[in-house]
This record gives sequence, structure tokens and C-alpha cells, in this order.
Amino acid sequence: MPTVTYAGTDVVVNDEGFFENPEAWTPDMAPEIAQNLGIDTLTDRHWQVINFMRQEYLAKGTAPSVRALGKTSGVEVKELYQLFPKGPAKLAAMIAGIPKPIGCI
Amino acid sequence: MTKRIVILGGGTGGTLTANRLRKAISPHEAEIVVIDQNNQHIYQPGLLFIPFGMATLEEIVRPRSRQLHSGIEFRETAIDHVDIQADQVYLSDGSSLGYDVLIIGTGAVLQPEETEGLVGPGWMKNVFTFYDPEGAVALHQALDAFTGGRVAVNVVDMPIKCPVAPLEFCFLADWYFHERGIRDKVDLIYVTPLDGAFTKPVASKALGQLLSQKSIEVITEYNTGQVDEEKGRLISYDGREVPYDIAVMIPAHGGSPYIGRSEGLGDELNFLPTDKHTLQTTVKPNIFALGDAAGVPTSKAGSVSHFEGEIIVENVTRFLSGKSLDASFDGHSNCFIESGFHKALLIDFDYDTEPLPGHYPTEVGMPLLKESHLNHLGKLMFQSFYWHSLLPGRDIPGIGSSMPTHGKHFEALEHS
Repeated sequence: MPTVTYAGTDVVVNDEGFFENPEAWTPDMAPEIAQNLGIDTLTDRHWQVINFMRQEYLAKGTAPSVRALGKTSGVEVKELYQLFPKGPAKLAAMIAGIPKPIGCI
Repeated sequence: MTKRIVILGGGTGGTLTANRLRKAISPHEAEIVVIDQNNQHIYQPGLLFIPFGMATLEEIVRPRSRQLHSGIEFRETAIDHVDIQADQVYLSDGSSLGYDVLIIGTGAVLQPEETEGLVGPGWMKNVFTFYDPEGAVALHQALDAFTGGRVAVNVVDMPIKCPVAPLEFCFLADWYFHERGIRDKVDLIYVTPLDGAFTKPVASKALGQLLSQKSIEVITEYNTGQVDEEKGRLISYDGREVPYDIAVMIPAHGGSPYIGRSEGLGDELNFLPTDKHTLQTTVKPNIFALGDAAGVPTSKAGSVSHFEGEIIVENVTRFLSGKSLDASFDGHSNCFIESGFHKALLIDFDYDTEPLPGHYPTEVGMPLLKESHLNHLGKLMFQSFYWHSLLPGRDIPGIGSSMPTHGKHFEALEHS
């Protein structure tokens, strides 16, 4: 498993870059992860989605799919793609330090 | 006192569960009522064959009531909502029904209206779905009249029923156009939100190779934002356009709308939050869910309902007698994948084991993840098995609810 450094702390991620251990995540790591993914600035709207993803994951053990996010996060699907162009659920999960959403079976 | 078990939905899961429960519990102990909004039981795997003239609607529809054993009451009415606090189901005919145990098997519904422009001027003219009977029949007419151009097969979002059916559609379309002598005039394009042909790596690689062999173009990580039916193109949220002459759409899926009208019952997509091993919902102990309606992380497929049925019957019986539940459902799923030219593949998997090569159910069984004529015959024979063994709830020797590991080549995982 690769190790990467965010906000001065070493964390273990899987081959795709998702955190192996969600507890290792702290909010100050988010801007660095986002920059690696091509998102230069995290706005309040980004944070609304990131926080929501993390809360849902901690409460339910899985992160929501894009469609579920659009219905429940307070940010509609169209805007989600503006915020996280290459795939909102996947990118927000990576920035939030949680595993890849398994909505797709 | 006689208890009452109410089963919502007379499809695969509801029917086989009712029949198995009737054998397990005497009518003095519990009455069993099955409720469905219509009396037409569709053999859903058959829908795939209708667009190619390989099956007709009459051949795949039978009365729901006739599949239920004696001692089971069938009521044909839509459901308005469930009051989970009062243990009451409110029906659209104005009546209501109390229950001791509720089993939810109302499946998934198609939601084409969730995609911008999909139900537009082209819908049912050159934009179809074969996931419902009307669409499958209309698509058959359109394919028959088609002389060449672009056919795009688009999965809008996961989860969907039978995740391999869109791939099978591509394979069968390749064969169909080949037989008609116009394959060289048709571009077949598979457009998927996934990052490959299938969700799991080993099968994704094998199926991806098959698509490539058959010259079917694959567009991945495509999230359909809009269907522009005036100009005949799909548009993704990230702005990629896919022009089509015929679009074969697999719309977004959700649970049945009454679940959304029932306070505290479903999740944001109207599926039931369900314990993946016991099939008891997490919303209330006397409510169980199976099949496509259940929010468990396995395929939405008839085989899953079949394997779940055995466990749900055991657990409902235990629940009624105050015993602890059996947490043994492993997510077992299997399906034939028609690949055209009288061949098919078979895949078999569970929560933990992805589809692997080998044989099912043992080393001398049917080949897994590999094209063969035997698998094609298996797929064709399956309809008879469905009506005469699976729905009546008969046990089949050698086919248990748990996924067999004998015969699977686990070393394939290391090469993926």
C-alpha cells in the first residue's frame, strides 16, 4: 500500500488513492488532496458535500452515490459536477478520507 | 391466535417466499396474504429477447395468482402507504390490513423522468428501454425497421436490475445485425457510468475483451446528464456527447413510490435499509425485505431473490416463535450472460467473492466466465425451471443458497 503525506502527516492509501483508515483523516488534509485532484480551492459548497459524505459514511458504513447525494446533501447533481467535475461521489469521498462509494454493484 | 404475514409484491421474491412459508407454517399458526397492483407475473429475464424477436410477451407473462399455492390469499390492489408504527398497510382501494410480519418484495421501478429530456419527443420513437414490456415490444419494431446507423446502449446510473443485461443486449444486437447481413452498417456503442464493462475486475476484463472482439465501442465513466432527443445525442454532466440513431436506455432505478409515502420506511432512493445477512430491515424488527427492494450490496437479480427466499423463510419462522435470527445470507448471486451465436457465459459470486473462472456448482459443472453452448442451453431451459421449481419453492439438489467455492479458480484474482 502506498504512503502519502498530507498536512505533514503520513497516511496509507490504496492504489486508487482512497484512505485505508478513515480515522487518519483531518480537515486540514482536504485542500492538499483536492489540489492533487485538480480542485484548486475548496469553497463552502465543496465543504458542504465533503462533510456530508463523511457524516453519512460514519453513520451508515457506506458513502452515498451521486444520485443519493443530489437528493440529500442540499447540493443538486448538476452543481455537484461543477464542484467535482471528474465524478462527485468518487472525488468527494477521496477528499473526505473515506473509502470509494460502493453504490455500483 | 392466528398471526398474519403480509407480503407486498407478487414477483419472484414474494411468490417463492409465500409458497415456502406456506409449507413451513400451518394455516392455523399464520395466514399469508400477498398484495400486488396487478395480476401479471413477468419472467423478467425474457424481456431481453423480445427486441430481437426471440421471445414474445405472451410467452413470458402468467397470472401471479396462479403461481401461489392454496392457502395463500392474493389481493390485487396498489399500495398507498405503510404505517410502520401501527403495523398497518393502507391500500389504494381504501381498505387497510394489519400484520404481525411484513415482507417487502416490491422490487425496483424505472425512473426515466429523473433524466433531463429522456421522456421527450424521441421516447418510444427512437429512444427505448427494454426493461419494461411496452419498451421491449416497441424496440423490436424499431430494430426490425433499422437499416444502419448508430445504436447507443446507455446505463444511466447504478444500481440497476440485472447489471449484465445491458451487456447481453449489446452481444445479442451484434449477432442480430450480423444475421440480417447489416452488421457492417451498424455502430454499436456501450455507454456506462462504470470504469469498465462490469463492476468487478476479473469479470470486467473478460467481458471487456468480449466487447472488443465483437467490435462494440465502450465509453466509460459516463454520467448521463441529458438526452437531447431533437438532435439525437446523449450529453454527460462533463459535457461529452454521444450521437445516436437509436438509443437503448437503462433508466435510473428506485424503490416503489409507496415506500416514499411511508414515513420511516425507505432510504433516499426508496430502497429498504436491510441487514445484509438476516434480511430483517433496520427500520423495524417485524419488517423483512428481499429482492430488488432490499438495500443490500449485491446484484438486483432474480437469482438473489431465490437464494434470499430460503433465509427469509427461516428467519420469519424464527421471529414468530421468538428465536434469534439466522445471519447466513452471503449475497450469493449468479447469472447467465447471453453472448450471441448460441453461446452464453455464467457468473457466480457473493458479497466477498467476485465472479471468477472455473465451474459451477462443482469442478464438473457448467463453465464460469467463459463462453459455451452449454450455458446458452442453461439460459433457455431456465424459464421452465423458473415457473415449475423456483417459484413453487422446491429445493434443487446441488444448488444451495450459499455460494459454492469448489470449482472456482481463485488464482485468477492474482492476475487481475
